[in-house]
Amino acid sequence: MKTKLLIASALAATALTLGAMPGNAADPLKVGFMLPATGTYAKLGKTIENGFRLFVDEQGGSLGGRAIEYVAVDSEADPSKAVDNVNKLIKQEKVDVIVGSVHSGVAMAMAKEAKASGTLMIVPNAGANAVTGPLCAPNIFRTSFSNWQPGYAAGQAMAERGVKTAVTITWKYGAGEEMVGGFKEAFTAAGGTVVKELFVPFPNVEFQALLTEIAAAKPDAVFAFFAGGGAVKFVKDYAAAGLKASIPLYGTGFLTDGTLEAQGADAEGVVTALQYADGLGTPKDQAFRAAYEKAYGASPDVYAVQAYDAAQLLGIGLAATGGSVDDKAAFAAAVEAATIDSPRGPFTISKAHNPIQDIYLREVKGKENAVIGVASKALEDPARGCRM
Amino acid sequence: MDFPIFLIQCLNAVQYGLLLFLVAAGLTLIFGIMGVINLAHGSFYMIGAYMAYALGPVVASTIGGGFLMTLVVGTVLAVIIGYILEWVFYSYLYDRDHLQQVLMTYGLILVFEELRSLIVGDDVHGVKVPDFLSGSIPLGELMTYPHYRLFVSAVCLVLVGAMFYVFTRTRLGMMIRAGSSNREMVQSLGIDITFLYRIVFAAGFALAALAGMVAAPISSVYPGMGNSVLIICFVVVVIGGIGSIKGALVAALLMGFIDTFGKVLLPEAAGVLVYLAMAVILLWKPNGLFKAG
Repeated sequence: MKTKLLIASALAATALTLGAMPGNAADPLKVGFMLPATGTYAKLGKTIENGFRLFVDEQGGSLGGRAIEYVAVDSEADPSKAVDNVNKLIKQEKVDVIVGSVHSGVAMAMAKEAKASGTLMIVPNAGANAVTGPLCAPNIFRTSFSNWQPGYAAGQAMAERGVKTAVTITWKYGAGEEMVGGFKEAFTAAGGTVVKELFVPFPNVEFQALLTEIAAAKPDAVFAFFAGGGAVKFVKDYAAAGLKASIPLYGTGFLTDGTLEAQGADAEGVVTALQYADGLGTPKDQAFRAAYEKAYGASPDVYAVQAYDAAQLLGIGLAATGGSVDDKAAFAAAVEAATIDSPRGPFTISKAHNPIQDIYLREVKGKENAVIGVASKALEDPARGCRM
Repeated sequence: MDFPIFLIQCLNAVQYGLLLFLVAAGLTLIFGIMGVINLAHGSFYMIGAYMAYALGPVVASTIGGGFLMTLVVGTVLAVIIGYILEWVFYSYLYDRDHLQQVLMTYGLILVFEELRSLIVGDDVHGVKVPDFLSGSIPLGELMTYPHYRLFVSAVCLVLVGAMFYVFTRTRLGMMIRAGSSNREMVQSLGIDITFLYRIVFAAGFALAALAGMVAAPISSVYPGMGNSVLIICFVVVVIGGIGSIKGALVAALLMGFIDTFGKVLLPEAAGVLVYLAMAVILLWKPNGLFKAG
């Protein structure tokens, strides 16, 4: 009985000391990466980690006066494992901030858990509208885009360039449907008509039947969203089917980002909308590109930019709270008030915590997505369903 | 749908069906005839596609010759790799139950994916269509049909013919068919079944790799590409009737039509139509459309 009491009081004492510890600003701040380290998206995961670390290293390895320490869990880009994986970070590793993910399904599962536990979360890529829509929360931020944004901007730009009728084609899954949704909203509002919406089951890449449908519909232009291997195949098939010469191909930037080497001449002239482009030529962008190339020996892309900005956002918040993540309101207020000096150009964070940013219009020239204008200036996601 | 468009869609369907057969042909041998559940079939296909990407420049600079030479070199390499794989791994699987076959071949998928990542990286790559096949024929007002797709169909038809001939008209084919129905009996007749199976497996591997190489210029090469073809290959072999080459061909064409017209006429259900068709066919004919032979 006596021993039991002794153990109990010892435990209580330990708990007290432990409980007091997180307030100590000298402890390192734990950043938990939940990014794909294996599988199709492994390369994106690595790029995002690099971009994030680059900014932290530039600040001498600490943000808001606290040294940054990293832990990583492989998200495997698998939504069914996302809840377990994110809880590893939240409950076992007790991280202060979660950074992730690439895949929208994973990000949504993470956002639900982060919303419940109150852990600070920064999304450096996944575009699911819901993350800054119905799932929005004071502790969840995004530095990339919502799927609605590049789609909407592409719709505006196409209407402006005199396109009257369009066919849309994408994979039948969340990101594709949301981008087409944004596109349709802007395009029809500007007087355009969507004559046909085509969907390919994900991740099927046999497009021939639908290319024939496009040829039969004879629209002024085509709006497409595909990514990775699917984007390469679609752009090549589109050209091989002889459609490129007669029906201009538009899309969101993912159609030609990181895929130009594989697409070759077939991508030449494809026009896309995205929050980043090659050859922006601003001093900030040039400095960022040089630093990234020096640190990792590879050219940065939009994913690296978004992750770099995720670290910037964390830095802004921590500077305002003196390095603490406990005061969520002060953190959020500082971030909402700030302008983030991104390589893509300065942007602000909306009330729903999604970037309010310029979406560029880019055209494939040689091996570059060269900027040819701004498709939509300071575009803000409507944040439908967000109550905060 | 007006008539010319309908005809073009039929062409698309046949062409896709032949491509499916090409990809599934290797699986017909290894799963259909040798009876090993080979989940790594998709990886064999991926290895082929990456060979088309990586070997092309090497072949051009050492031996000389273009795409066709790459196909020949790749196929020879594939036979060698297949032979070694059978010797080291698959030869232990024939007498094991299906669960163990699944476990080992699934493990091989992971190994091949990781090797691919280490050796070639995680980028998406394009493979150039050879110059002499880069043209296209006009079709309708706006569309053209690339020569290369017709070439793929031709390769497939040649393979169908060759496989059919070997299995039904030659002594080798007879021995293989006998071996698949009764291993011990064939052995007791003085035929070296171990060696025979090693050859069949190597041929199956080479077929999958060849399919990958031939498909590479139209599909491009990217991580995880093997997994996406694996399931449809099993569908083709199972619907066709295990062990039947004719069945696999008919099933592949059927799937080509279902997929093509499904996407156009029933886009909402396009993703499940192929599997729905499989379920219906298996309810109607549990052993597939054709019996082995």
